[in-house]
Amino acid sequence: MLDYDFMRNAFAAAGIVAILAGAVGYFLVLRGQTFAGHALAHVGFTGATGAVLVGIAPLWGLVAMTLAAGIGMGAIGERGLAQRDVAIGLVLALSLGLGLLFLHFYTAYASQATALLFGNILAVDRTTVWVLAALAASSLLLLGVIGRPLLFASLQPELAEAKGVSLSLYSMLFLAIVALATAECAQIVGVLLVFALMVGPAAAAQRLSQTVAAGVVLSSTLAVAEAWAGLAAAYYTDWPTSFWITALSGAAYLLAGAPHALRHRRLAAV
Amino acid sequence: MNAVEFRDVTLTLAGRVVLAAVSLDIADGDFVGVLGPNGAGKSTLMRAVLGLVPPARGTIRVLGRAATRGNPAVGYMPQARGGIPTTRLCGREFVASAVDGHRLGLPLPGRAARAEIDRVLALAGASELAHRPLAEMSGGERQRLLLAQTLIGRPRLLLLDEPLISLDPHHEREVVELVRRLQREIGVAVLFSAHEVNPLLGALDRVLYLGNRQAALGTLDEVITGPVLSRLYGTEIEVVRTRGRIFVMSGDHSVEREAHRHDPAVAEHREMASDA
Repeated sequence: MLDYDFMRNAFAAAGIVAILAGAVGYFLVLRGQTFAGHALAHVGFTGATGAVLVGIAPLWGLVAMTLAAGIGMGAIGERGLAQRDVAIGLVLALSLGLGLLFLHFYTAYASQATALLFGNILAVDRTTVWVLAALAASSLLLLGVIGRPLLFASLQPELAEAKGVSLSLYSMLFLAIVALATAECAQIVGVLLVFALMVGPAAAAQRLSQTVAAGVVLSSTLAVAEAWAGLAAAYYTDWPTSFWITALSGAAYLLAGAPHALRHRRLAAV
Repeated sequence: MNAVEFRDVTLTLAGRVVLAAVSLDIADGDFVGVLGPNGAGKSTLMRAVLGLVPPARGTIRVLGRAATRGNPAVGYMPQARGGIPTTRLCGREFVASAVDGHRLGLPLPGRAARAEIDRVLALAGASELAHRPLAEMSGGERQRLLLAQTLIGRPRLLLLDEPLISLDPHHEREVVELVRRLQREIGVAVLFSAHEVNPLLGALDRVLYLGNRQAALGTLDEVITGPVLSRLYGTEIEVVRTRGRIFVMSGDHSVEREAHRHDPAVAEHREMASDA
């Protein structure tokens, strides 16, 4: 299957995005901010369809909108966001609605909508692979630079604040990274299924690891394995790639809980 | 040099005056129990010492210098909020996150950081918690881990905000004894806030009682008296000592126990004298 150019591109793109999604997702789950990933993806849909409408690549619309929204959410703050669930719900619905409107004005409506909502990894070209690689590299670099204070602020916010760590600064920087990762994931699995790559592997990795380093490595490894296995399965079954990735992601999460559940059952039996 | 000096300090929280024109000196190396009803400003006072709440008036000096955020000579244990942590990260990893946590870079501890983590875990008797997941620890074990973490960087002052909250009496005693031993071994001053004075009896050098925007600092016998506490509670208070325990009573009610229930409305109608 690697004889085809589009398959080679697809494997490269999926691998790059999965590494980033796994690492970013680990912190997203640790911070209990998985909803942010979901929200950013919705907002990104408006950006992507808007970009299509004015004739630029949807990826740039996605990046611009998710970045703006991520930084905005960071500025409002986590407590502020939690108190505004109605407003957020409306903004998310409006984002999808606006995206729909933009697509209405665009002629190749149906295929474009499906590609954005559910991903179309087989259409990724060589240039896009390089763009994804550059975005992923800069996101991972930034994540590495802020890693220590971000971890401190995530695990022990009050103490971190007392030690001089600015919670709002790191929240904002982190959500900017999440925004880039979301935009990348949307290229592979679409805006509605970003959870499959960003949250599934990370949540499974957290069930199985006791240190941050091991958790991040495991999370990225799982994400790459799921993305590649999904691609291969799609190639042989002709079912959609995104379906396979979501199915593998869900299965991995359930399996990751099995050792723990088994141990508990055994303890209960004794 | 004093560990903490307040000069005419007024602290406000969301527009409300919590402490008004308070002056006090906490001597280096003292174990000070910080007491007072809910909302009396125990946490706010600690946050002011940390430089997180700037005083509306007056000056605060910590170990001879103006109070500033991120002072490495101050160890802090925030009040535990929310439920049990669900993370499966191990104890060592949790403590590690606080070592140099304010500095940029990858969260991978170097040799010096690893030695510091081992040192504080051993000091707090938490070495055996190093490889256990946080989610599987008891309340007392988690407090020991949090206490270990306050010792990072060899502080000279520890601020412990309600370390006994939601612990049973056995674990309460364990935590107080551990803090007392640490305070003597490494010679730090300790501000230890609690709802009740009884768990701290025997460990205290001094009592800092807050209430009614005022503060009283002194030995147990100087502060826990009817006249002083009547002033701080703004109502007639009687102090009853029986079988080595102290009860702060307003009429038939123990006011400290009432505060402990976190629901004054319920506690007010409950008969507390029988507990005494």
